[in-house]
Amino acid sequence: MSGDWVRRALAAATAAAYVFLYAPIAILILFSFNAARQTAHWEGFTLEWYRRLLSNELLLHSVANSLIVAGVTTAMATVFGTLAALALARGRFAGRAATQAALYLPVIIPEIVMGSALLTLFGAVGLRLSLATVILAHVAFSISYVAIVVRARLTGFNRSLEEAALDLGAGPVGVFTRVTLPLILPGVVAGALLVFTISIDDYIVTSFVAGVGATTLPLQIYSMLKVGVTPEVNAVSTLLLAVTVACIIIAQRLQRAPGPGRGV
Amino acid sequence: MDIAVEIDRVSRRFGEIVALDSVSLSIRRGEFFSLLGPSGCGKSTLLRLIAGLDQPDSGTIRIGGQDVTGLPPFRRPVNMVFQDYALFPHLSVEENVAFGLRYKGVPRGEQAAHAAEALALVQLKGFEQRRPHELSGGQRQRVALARALAMRPQVLLLDEPLGALDQRLREDVQVELKNLQKRLGITFVFVTHDQEESLTMSDRLAVMNRGRVEQSGPCREIFETPGTEFVARFMGAPNIFTARVRGAVEGVLSVTLPGGGDLRLADGDPGARWSAGQQVRFIVRPERLELLADSSEPVKSPVIPVIVRDRVYRGVSTSWIVEAGHGDRFLVTRQSGSRDGSGEAFEVGSRALLCWDPAHTVLLRTEG
Amino acid sequence: MSRDVPPARRSAPWLLLAPTWLTLGLLLVLPLLLMLGISFRERDVYGGLKPIEDLGATVVSGAFLANYTRSLEPIYLAIAWRSLWMAVVTTAVCLVIAYPVAYCIAAVAPPRWKTVLLGLVVIPFWTSFLIRTYAWMFLLRTEGLINTALLGSGLIGKPLELLYRDGAVLAGLVYGELPFMILPLYASLEKLDRTLIEAARDLGAGRLASFFRVTVPLTFPGIAAGVVLVFIPSLGQFIVSDLLGGAKTMLAGNLIQNQFAVARNKPFGSALAFELTAAVLLCLLVYALAVRRAGREPLL
Repeated sequence: MSGDWVRRALAAATAAAYVFLYAPIAILILFSFNAARQTAHWEGFTLEWYRRLLSNELLLHSVANSLIVAGVTTAMATVFGTLAALALARGRFAGRAATQAALYLPVIIPEIVMGSALLTLFGAVGLRLSLATVILAHVAFSISYVAIVVRARLTGFNRSLEEAALDLGAGPVGVFTRVTLPLILPGVVAGALLVFTISIDDYIVTSFVAGVGATTLPLQIYSMLKVGVTPEVNAVSTLLLAVTVACIIIAQRLQRAPGPGRGV
Repeated sequence: MDIAVEIDRVSRRFGEIVALDSVSLSIRRGEFFSLLGPSGCGKSTLLRLIAGLDQPDSGTIRIGGQDVTGLPPFRRPVNMVFQDYALFPHLSVEENVAFGLRYKGVPRGEQAAHAAEALALVQLKGFEQRRPHELSGGQRQRVALARALAMRPQVLLLDEPLGALDQRLREDVQVELKNLQKRLGITFVFVTHDQEESLTMSDRLAVMNRGRVEQSGPCREIFETPGTEFVARFMGAPNIFTARVRGAVEGVLSVTLPGGGDLRLADGDPGARWSAGQQVRFIVRPERLELLADSSEPVKSPVIPVIVRDRVYRGVSTSWIVEAGHGDRFLVTRQSGSRDGSGEAFEVGSRALLCWDPAHTVLLRTEG
Repeated sequence: MSRDVPPARRSAPWLLLAPTWLTLGLLLVLPLLLMLGISFRERDVYGGLKPIEDLGATVVSGAFLANYTRSLEPIYLAIAWRSLWMAVVTTAVCLVIAYPVAYCIAAVAPPRWKTVLLGLVVIPFWTSFLIRTYAWMFLLRTEGLINTALLGSGLIGKPLELLYRDGAVLAGLVYGELPFMILPLYASLEKLDRTLIEAARDLGAGRLASFFRVTVPLTFPGIAAGVVLVFIPSLGQFIVSDLLGGAKTMLAGNLIQNQFAVARNKPFGSALAFELTAAVLLCLLVYALAVRRAGREPLL
């Protein structure tokens, strides 16, 4: 059939695209184990670079900073974003359109613009740059992502379930903790993981608002990159990739949990 | 006589739509009461108002003598079986049924026993650990029922709970529900659009239309003597006869039938004033009409000459659609094969005589 | 369903939205407004703001637009043009590469594989953009893998200057943005009703014709979404051009960052930032209109 060669061509093109997507990363990971320092010649397998990472004070400090920022940001953004999604799912109210527009703003605006705007704000109010300013910035752009993810989970949420809970004697708090929250939890957790990953990875906005001593991992990596390519960078990249992939897999598992859907 | 639910001039509108228009009803303690009507008539809205899931714009609602009009649903001594069952998908059957028990002060340790008891009532013993998605439609319906019954409410509200079940199952469940209600003695308020269903189960019912109660009372009364054209049609009696008053003497009303025939009725309403030439409307149920062969023999009145237009065989019963001279059509339903003068001899197109026992004439109130 | 009962309007959920409103208002809307205000000012010697002597005169004379007029100078226009061009080419290349891939996953691959294939597309989409860009540094530098391999196999005599040029930036951008083009295209192709293509073939259209006359128009929402998702970030690009382009390839993002970090000219930087934002909003507007005119359900 003449369709065959088309299929094969497509398959080949797709395979090539996948190779294109993964080869650079694979090479990166591979060479993090390369004993050679400067060249790209393979000189033997070693874990030296990983060992050096563990004694690199600056790097470890930046990892700690990243974790602190990501942790606090995730906690706050998840709570704010979930509440916002619940509010938006309730139906029309005054200011709804404005709220939705505001929530889409961080997703639309280029990071450069957001970073410079926040820097301007902190300068105008005289707030010294520090880890706290980084956290503020991260929370600002993270709420939207949680709100969007949880909102998606809420569409099709069966209202009767909440009414049934009310009917059976639960007050509004009871309805939330015993019915609503358990059912949207997979979406909330997925949103939290998304925000965590974004926060850990963020460079541009962070670079604008981080103070001295508030270097996060991406900032540290960036300065290492500017100095020059070293295998340690390969090693740290590999580790970061591994952690990210693990988070994704967890998030995927959770997204497949049974949803509220039509109240059964 | 104890009133379980008192609805006093309750109104509710949604924007332009008037869902309920100054509705008043009394539902007695321990009875099975149905709210019957077509889609959009307001019956579900009314049920939700009793449950507290919505608030009336005006009027009051009293449950067991207590004014609950401002109260939220979790403070009312009523519970509802939702149309889509609304079972919590993340909880087991037992957890579903026991959901509300903590709000009644039932200690943790005793909740399982209560739940088991409720499940036994609906014959679902042994299903405690299953999840809602593992159950059939009929089973889910029972769990929803058990969940509400476990709360021992003063009034149980049921929102078209049998809608999703197939015919066979429905009939079985109807009987079961009726028996359950009798045993427990709880007041049931049942919403449905199926008149047969409401007649099967209820003690009394209210027929609603466009936000108003057209008629309420014992089932038999509504069935045999519908008060308005709407109720008559809804209860399956689409035979609306128009006649002219000839005179009224000592409580006996004489009217001229279409086709010239004569009819004397006992006028049940002593205060009514009749004038000659006035138009009246009345109903005769299809099952009360008879067809006689058109012959020259004089026949007892009332009698209307008709032409048979259509015949529908329904197994247990047979229906004829006949047309009178002025174009009005009437439905005659008899048990198939019954003798009294209505044998299957009536061919489509043949002439016949429509007659009935005057006692079965139901005068319609003038509407409006 | 007894749900012929319309839900009642509820009062605004103040409590639920208060934290969000507070955060977004103070940390998003306010800074943007501040920055807008600053874009009309002038910098002073120390990198701060020159105080305004006469507000009236500043407004009337149009002096408050000084930064914006300055951005129209040839040197800056060149940067704007290059950014635009880079974004256009990146989007085009991504579209060409992504379409067959998306088509393959949606239409050709056996169903069992779809989740895996999609997952493989999603993973890069989530991992650090920094790292993925670094990977190209690693490949392209003079001691990088590509040069080493080429030298080693004797194909070239001395290393190629692959890094620090437009091509490298393009490669990095395409690499980074590709998943954003594949996913919307896939979403659109997945929903494609294949019987329509069969109908076109039945009516005599060849493969190519039915592709361009049926498939492409029908997947327009996916194409539009993909274009938006790639074009807009490419316009505001910073990392790729900084790492892979060096000083030679300055794009809009680099220019803006430069104003804030190095040149210490906040007013000018702010003006540029707003111009970039305006460009982005314009693109979104075009997207919205295009999709509405096509009469189909937008994907975004």
